[in-house]
Amino acid sequence: MAFITANWNPLGEAFYRKIELYEMGWSLRDGLKECLVAAAPYGGPIALLRQPQRPSSSARPQLEIYSSSGANMASFPWKSGPVRQLGWTVCDDLLCIQEDGTVLIYDLFGAFKRHFSMGNEVVQNQVLEAKVFHSPYGTGVAIVTGASRFTLATNIDDLKLRRLPEVPGLQGAPSCWVVLTQDRQTKVLLANGVDLYILDNTSCTPVVRQTQTTYSLLCLIILALSPLTVCVFQTPPGLSPQACSIVNMAVSFSYKYLALFTDSGHLWMGSANLKDKLSEVDTKVRTPPKQMVWCRRPKSQQPSVVIMWDRLLLVAGECTDTIQYTLDEESVCVAELDGVRIIGGSRHELLQEVPSACQDIFKIASMAPGALLLEAHKEYEKSSQKADEYLREIKEQSVLGEAVRQCVEAAGYEHEPETQKTLLRAASFGKCFLSNYPPEPFVSMCRDLKVLNSVREYTVGIPLTHTQYKQMTVQVLIDRLVYRKLYPLAIEICRYLKTPEYQGVSRVLKHWACCKVQQKEEPDESIAHAVSVKLGEAAGISYSEIAARAYECGRTELAIKLLEFEPRSGEQVPLLLKMKRSQLALSKAIESGDTDLVYTVVTYLKNEMNRGDFFMTLRNQPVALSLYRQFCKHQEQDTLKDLFNQDDDHQELGNFYVKASYKEKKLEARLSLLQSAVDEYNKAKNEFAAKATEEEMKLLRFQRRLDEEKGEALLGLSLQETLHALLTSNFHKQAEQLYRDFRVPDKRYWWLKLTALAEKDDWEEMEKFAKSKKSPIGYLPFVEVCVKQHNKYEAKKYVSKVTPEQKVKAHLAIGDLEGAAEAAIERRSEGEISTVLSRCSPTTDRALLERLNRARSTAAKK
Amino acid sequence: MAHSVRRDAPELPDFSLLKRLARDQLIYLLEQLPGRKDLFIEADLMSPLDRIANVTTLKQHDVDKLYKVEHKPIFYACENLLEEQGIFGDVTTDEWSFYLLPLDDDIISLELPEFFRDYFLEGDQRWVRTAGSALHLLHSVYGPFSKVYGIGRCSKMAYESWREQVEEGEQRARQAEIGNVFLIDRDVDLVTPLCSQVVYEGLVDDIFRIKCGCVEFCPDVTSSDKSIKVMLNSQDKVFNEIRNEHFSQVFGFLSQKARNLQTAYDKRSGMNIKQMKTFVSEELKGLKQEHRLLSLHIGASESMMKKKTKQDFQELLKTEHSLLEGFEIRECISYIEEHINRQVSMVESMRLLCLLSLTENGLLPKDYRSLKAQFLQSYGIEHLLTFSNLKQLGLLVEQQPGETLTVMESRVGKLVNDKTAGKLTDAFSSLAKKSNFRALGRRLNLVPKSDEEYDLRVPRDMAYIFSGAYIPLSCKLIEQVLERDGWTGLEEVTRMLNGHEFAVTAGSNGSDARVKTDSQRIILVMFLGGCTFSEISALRFLGREKGIKFIVVTTAITNSARLLESMLDNHA
Repeated sequence: MAFITANWNPLGEAFYRKIELYEMGWSLRDGLKECLVAAAPYGGPIALLRQPQRPSSSARPQLEIYSSSGANMASFPWKSGPVRQLGWTVCDDLLCIQEDGTVLIYDLFGAFKRHFSMGNEVVQNQVLEAKVFHSPYGTGVAIVTGASRFTLATNIDDLKLRRLPEVPGLQGAPSCWVVLTQDRQTKVLLANGVDLYILDNTSCTPVVRQTQTTYSLLCLIILALSPLTVCVFQTPPGLSPQACSIVNMAVSFSYKYLALFTDSGHLWMGSANLKDKLSEVDTKVRTPPKQMVWCRRPKSQQPSVVIMWDRLLLVAGECTDTIQYTLDEESVCVAELDGVRIIGGSRHELLQEVPSACQDIFKIASMAPGALLLEAHKEYEKSSQKADEYLREIKEQSVLGEAVRQCVEAAGYEHEPETQKTLLRAASFGKCFLSNYPPEPFVSMCRDLKVLNSVREYTVGIPLTHTQYKQMTVQVLIDRLVYRKLYPLAIEICRYLKTPEYQGVSRVLKHWACCKVQQKEEPDESIAHAVSVKLGEAAGISYSEIAARAYECGRTELAIKLLEFEPRSGEQVPLLLKMKRSQLALSKAIESGDTDLVYTVVTYLKNEMNRGDFFMTLRNQPVALSLYRQFCKHQEQDTLKDLFNQDDDHQELGNFYVKASYKEKKLEARLSLLQSAVDEYNKAKNEFAAKATEEEMKLLRFQRRLDEEKGEALLGLSLQETLHALLTSNFHKQAEQLYRDFRVPDKRYWWLKLTALAEKDDWEEMEKFAKSKKSPIGYLPFVEVCVKQHNKYEAKKYVSKVTPEQKVKAHLAIGDLEGAAEAAIERRSEGEISTVLSRCSPTTDRALLERLNRARSTAAKK
Repeated sequence: MAHSVRRDAPELPDFSLLKRLARDQLIYLLEQLPGRKDLFIEADLMSPLDRIANVTTLKQHDVDKLYKVEHKPIFYACENLLEEQGIFGDVTTDEWSFYLLPLDDDIISLELPEFFRDYFLEGDQRWVRTAGSALHLLHSVYGPFSKVYGIGRCSKMAYESWREQVEEGEQRARQAEIGNVFLIDRDVDLVTPLCSQVVYEGLVDDIFRIKCGCVEFCPDVTSSDKSIKVMLNSQDKVFNEIRNEHFSQVFGFLSQKARNLQTAYDKRSGMNIKQMKTFVSEELKGLKQEHRLLSLHIGASESMMKKKTKQDFQELLKTEHSLLEGFEIRECISYIEEHINRQVSMVESMRLLCLLSLTENGLLPKDYRSLKAQFLQSYGIEHLLTFSNLKQLGLLVEQQPGETLTVMESRVGKLVNDKTAGKLTDAFSSLAKKSNFRALGRRLNLVPKSDEEYDLRVPRDMAYIFSGAYIPLSCKLIEQVLERDGWTGLEEVTRMLNGHEFAVTAGSNGSDARVKTDSQRIILVMFLGGCTFSEISALRFLGREKGIKFIVVTTAITNSARLLESMLDNHA
């Protein structure tokens, strides 16, 4: 306990510690010498490929995969082409990038999964260097070819190759380069001797050093002349001009920070957007480093970088001092979220900044609350009264809560179970003296540590820190265990953490089943049985996924058997389609009620079958048919016609042609479409529609003639509008003709003519019209139309012609109260008298009021 | 105003939760794309989005610019389309399952105005599952429901889709906030949405069109030079008091309110400084707010008065009422004819034609042809397609030869007493799928006797929403089913409505008896194909009478104009 700070080294305000995670279980004859090594972050697996001593050697290199503790998981001779780079994906798959640009993907156990190529160009020019990187989009690969061109794939699961623009003056590989992910863009930052460039999809931008003002001005002018270059000037501020070539660079885990190492031995640290400088340190080592990685943790006290040479490991931070460790074996650094792991031939260590909670508690002579509490508990265990003294001191400052919190937090950062226990016991002891301290942090820390210790176990070999575990979440940890086929441990953890079945046990069982169906030696029957027995009671199992896996392994029969267990019909559809059981897929999709799914199947069928069969299939499935019809209405008008044709649906065909005619600009084409519509309507025995369409054709022809002869713009108007237009333009003869030809009802024609004349203020013609014959709409409309045009004088002319029933209304319309009263009294209608009454004003029409009231009472008596 | 409110009416659940859910999910999706981004959004979705997350919220999550995409043909099977365009590889798609938009304390909308046409006309069932999912969401947040009633084919499918989703998902035992559910297809009652609305909120919708709970009052109303957008919901205290009132009552109420307001302002005159200080700090702001709202609603009422007290409107209403009562049909037909001939309004003409057909079980062949021909002459031949749509939906049909049922029916109805007439009607109604409006009206007493004076100030039943002329069929059905706790005794009615009725006890596990009964008196009514504000007002009235609360979930708020416009085939 007393030696807990023995491995701490101070750097500025902070301390760094290097703790041993494992003594490696592998036995490598030459350590990591001459090896390509890739170790996945978050305590992931390690892949080794020993390069042959002589390139021409016929001996095949051996590819080996180990857990973080050095337990062998796979080992096989490499039979494919020369490998440039190894790397791991976010789902623990191994990427082997070959010289010819082919990328082969293997699983944890060395089983080949698939491959892809980084482009044709690479085959000739070869990959010089490659990097595997991670971003929110997944795992990506970047390469630089012998022709000095970069190619990027941001997500290997959704492969889109992007060839980046040329870098001016670059020969061969650059001195060093990194991949940056900023603002949803992936870029490459590279150094070619003195020059720094940023490469993105469209441009290559040189980075100008701030101190050289004249230089950048010059650059500005040059860039202004070349429109292809985007003029965004970014500079690493404060990087001394004399600092010559950049020989190594590193970007932090979060892509936020960047470190540059120059051949003068200077280390520059700053933000990855090159806008801020954090510090600059002279390491006094001029040899280019073998590896350089950021060493940070969330809430770090200072930014720091770990640099590795053959025999030296150096930690540099904000101050001029550095920490130096001697390396006694060939090693590899792995950047983590909260530190750096150092893997060597015999040891596996973690180097990190000491978290402040641990510092507070363990720093020598610390008086922090947590430190006092730990001391109090120690004394308590010794049954010493000093325990009380310490406790009192904490309580006097009322920082007991803080003390407990510190102990709980620090426990999370400690790797040794003994230290964890000591801290947690102290916390628990302190908690006894607090009445309302929330139990959750303590309880969940105990749980987390139990889980962490079980996966750090040598046989499992996942050396996760608490910080990493919280970042990666339990779900992902369970996934990782499942990939390693550690099903029992995964299930135990799920049960222990009471993870809901859906995310927990059921998921693990599903993976187990997916693995089970790949066991080729077992017969279908027994596998199906085993799966159903084990999975029977677990909630939310997706049998279709298991079946899909069985199908992938070529076991169609087994897949069908398993699919029968799937209760959700919708889930069965995609696999059924894959297995070419399309008819069944269609009925299952319809059964599911999910129309999107039905669409999917329908589109599939459309491409798969010939047209006749396709239509026949749809005919038997009305739901699918109506959906497809909807689709056609919007996307494929012609198919719609075919559908109607097949069904001999003449009514719909007629409608189809009518609709098509509107879209047609040319009159002749329009008429011929309408003629087709007429034919179809006739076939459908819809005489009304046929006749209406014929009349429309007649009208169109009439309109065209008139447009040509008189220069009117009638085409496309309705009959009524045409008539109105004719009447207002004084084409009375043509209007008459239309009226007769189209058998326009008298009432309508009268209304039309009346309104048209009034709108033109053609009162003379109106009077003639009124006298031409007896109006079928009566004469009240004449009165109203005149009034509407504010011509009371004309209106009066027609009042006398109005029928007795409408007299009152007519008089009121022209504002003749006397006349209205007269008419109402004459008709002895109580209702009409009241109407007139309501329009009288008590001051001006007193006499009239009295008369009306009298008349009303007599009318009421009757 | 003078409603006898039952004190024990339960509290409504808090639906702002739904908004929060939708917003959180949207934010989650936005955060999936790190960094700054632009948002392209279809114009129709702007208003609903605004209800969920305003520009500030979007900005907070790195949305840089918003672009409106004008309406394009709806994307079916988006992925296929993108693939055909060859850009599928460059696009990542996520689904924002935004089903429910709470418009008010008791109105939730799915904002799917296309539902009516897609399902009832085109037979496209793609929204059925959406309706089921919406129900599922409500069930998982406010359920478990103990009883589900419904009528109509779509209702039944939506119900089944919901049940499936319930079975697939995780089940959690919790205290129910909503006890019962009633699902109803719009085509069960097409008459109600086609009637002119005369309740304030409905009238505002008919005239100004309320969009997503928000109305834009034109300068005419605001008596200024610009339009004002106003949220219409229970937060607006003035509106809340008049929304359910018959229009004839609104003016009186508003002027009373204005007088009260004046009195409240007048209090100032006799105040000392201290009182004045409290007045200014506590009351003045509220009064000013009320003042502003009051003048807006008075403006709106005036503008509506101008339109609606005109002779034409009164005659229009008279015709409607005659159609509903089944009297003077010939006069109605000539009125409609004149309406068409004078080209008063295309949609209105069509509405009257449909009402005529629905109430009379179709038009006589002679009338059908002549009215249709005149309509085409007036409004253009393209409506041939509209008529084809109306026919398919049963909104405007021709009586088949030999089926002069209505004439006979109405004669019989006048001759014999109600009971025998009912039986006769039943015998006839099994003949064909028809609206059977007359028979239903008699069976359910939808049309009160016209000889009695109807006092609109003290409504006695839901008919008040149509000036006492007609109780909406949809709401009457809901009342009857709740009263009978099922469809027993309504067999003839459901037969006339073409069946597909159901009543299922889902089984509740509430232990606290009091809470249980409380949730039992909260009833969720889901309209598939839209509902009108008048129907909502009617249900609110029914709720007050029975001491229950209704929550209306609808695919969209509709009215006659929206419903009929969706029947047009836009060829432009």
